[in-house]
Amino acid sequence: MKYKSQKVAYWFFALSMLLFGLQIVYGFIMGFAHAGYDGLHEIIPFNTAKAVHLNLLVVWLLSGFMGAAYYIIPEESQRELVSVKLAYVQLISLALVGVAAIIGFHFNIWEGRKFLEIPRGLDYLVVVNVLLFLGIILLTLFKSKRRTTTSLVLSMGLLFAALLYLPGMLPFDSQVTDSFFRWWVVHLWVEGVWELIMGGILSFLLIKLTGVDREVIEKWLYVIVGLTFLSGVLGTGHHYYYIGVNKIWLVVGGIFSALEPLAFLAMALFAVNMYRKGEKKHPNKLALYWTLGAAIVSFVGAGLLGFAHTLPQTNLYTHGTLVTAMHGHLAFWGAYAMIVLAIISYSLPNMTGRKLYDSTIGRMAFWFSNIGMIGMTVAFGVAGVAQVYLERIMKIDFMEVQKLTEVHFMVLIVCATLFTTGVILYMIDFYKHGTPTDEALEIHN
Amino acid sequence: MLSKKQARAFFLGGTLVTFLIFIGLTIFSLSKDVDQTNHENITPAVVRGKEIWETNNCMGCHTILGEGGYYAPELTKVIDRLNLKYNGQGEQVIKSILMSEGPWQPNGRKMVAYGMTEAEASDVVAFFKWIGEIDLNGFGDVVGVDRKISPLAKDKNNK
Repeated sequence: MKYKSQKVAYWFFALSMLLFGLQIVYGFIMGFAHAGYDGLHEIIPFNTAKAVHLNLLVVWLLSGFMGAAYYIIPEESQRELVSVKLAYVQLISLALVGVAAIIGFHFNIWEGRKFLEIPRGLDYLVVVNVLLFLGIILLTLFKSKRRTTTSLVLSMGLLFAALLYLPGMLPFDSQVTDSFFRWWVVHLWVEGVWELIMGGILSFLLIKLTGVDREVIEKWLYVIVGLTFLSGVLGTGHHYYYIGVNKIWLVVGGIFSALEPLAFLAMALFAVNMYRKGEKKHPNKLALYWTLGAAIVSFVGAGLLGFAHTLPQTNLYTHGTLVTAMHGHLAFWGAYAMIVLAIISYSLPNMTGRKLYDSTIGRMAFWFSNIGMIGMTVAFGVAGVAQVYLERIMKIDFMEVQKLTEVHFMVLIVCATLFTTGVILYMIDFYKHGTPTDEALEIHN
Repeated sequence: MLSKKQARAFFLGGTLVTFLIFIGLTIFSLSKDVDQTNHENITPAVVRGKEIWETNNCMGCHTILGEGGYYAPELTKVIDRLNLKYNGQGEQVIKSILMSEGPWQPNGRKMVAYGMTEAEASDVVAFFKWIGEIDLNGFGDVVGVDRKISPLAKDKNNK
């Protein structure tokens, strides 16, 4: 069996790498500005850097998820993608929409709603692009006789992610209602359906890397995504505590978001247990590192650090401070960036035929980036906690507090440099693998 | 031991139930009876102000209702705060910031000079006024006016 159409995935991953690199550049611009060095203000003011940093994150992760789907779905459904040409059209249009949006941000063309800054005109193109992607994936599944739980969960996640983009496009006169539905997109993406995508990719990787029976892995996959939705849907309430809606959300959001770490804990335990149970030890050690790493770091970043400020009585003071940035960085890194890097690490040697399974560069990439990100999280955390006490409790003026916390951003920049070194090493490893070949895919399969 | 079928039922059932509750709570909390936003006070000026807020991505630096960029001050109670700081001239100060043509550097951190017209700046102020009156379940007090201005900041302001 050979699925040459899986090659498409490589180019989505390459796009991911490129945009990820650019995202980090804008992160540095913001880090330096926070530390008091905003020399680029005239060309790239903070709000531009912020919009670019956030949207590049979303686009490179989506590109990674799409690449993962193009790689996983043919293998799971045991048939080629229905159209490789359209997949390339989709790739190019995704890149064009992404680049157009980013350029627009530099010319004050945006919607100015956090995470959803892409202007309305481009929103429609995003919808068309995602519909094309879903069409290719779902038609491939539909035409196949083999529909595995892994592929269904992954596709369901992608489908719901597309549907949930729509509430973000509804126009409202009230800032409160606007914000309310903005969270339908952002929260239900990252603490809901994106976890289906993550779960689907994780399940695929564990099946391949550990050799544990598919039925066992997929059974637990259901339990985990079940826990995710059970806690995550009503957990949306933690965004509604203090934006001008009823107090009922303090109770509902408080209870259900306190349960959210359970889903991540289950995911971490699941991944580690499957690894221990597995008799097959796949030679691709790096893929295993990233896979287990994603499950564990997401528990710490999304689960524990999310819990740290999710209770209403804590959030009253931490809401709108750098504490959120602390949680956000490790959560996105652990849950989504690392799972994308895991599927890339697994699939790259299979697509290119270069079995760089356990290179020193690859290992250094893993440790440097993770230690760097943990350092960044601590720096954000210290700055955030200081901000909460000084500004919110001691009632000291915002900018005075910002001056006092500048030093933490110097620490952040140092840690970010280590993180970036790791990411650059990952990219070098990516480049060293070369491009995919049909022969490699034939041998692999 | 849990079977795969049971696990699937747990996933689908749990998702359906929580989603239905979520929809129900959404309808409840957006209903007029429990409105905390003084929705009737959303005038065309407030709507225009919100549009200016969005088209300039103010949220990219500032926060409002606790949401935004964490780089510049929270603006939920900005009028009250500046009234206290500038002897009741809060609205005027905001307008002059927004209408400034030259580089603006409040407290050492640069802000984009938007050079807005008087009408545009008034719309943004109307937006802030409406925002400032929303019942935020206690958050309004946390970011509200009873802030201490340190002697150091007062010195700077008086210069």
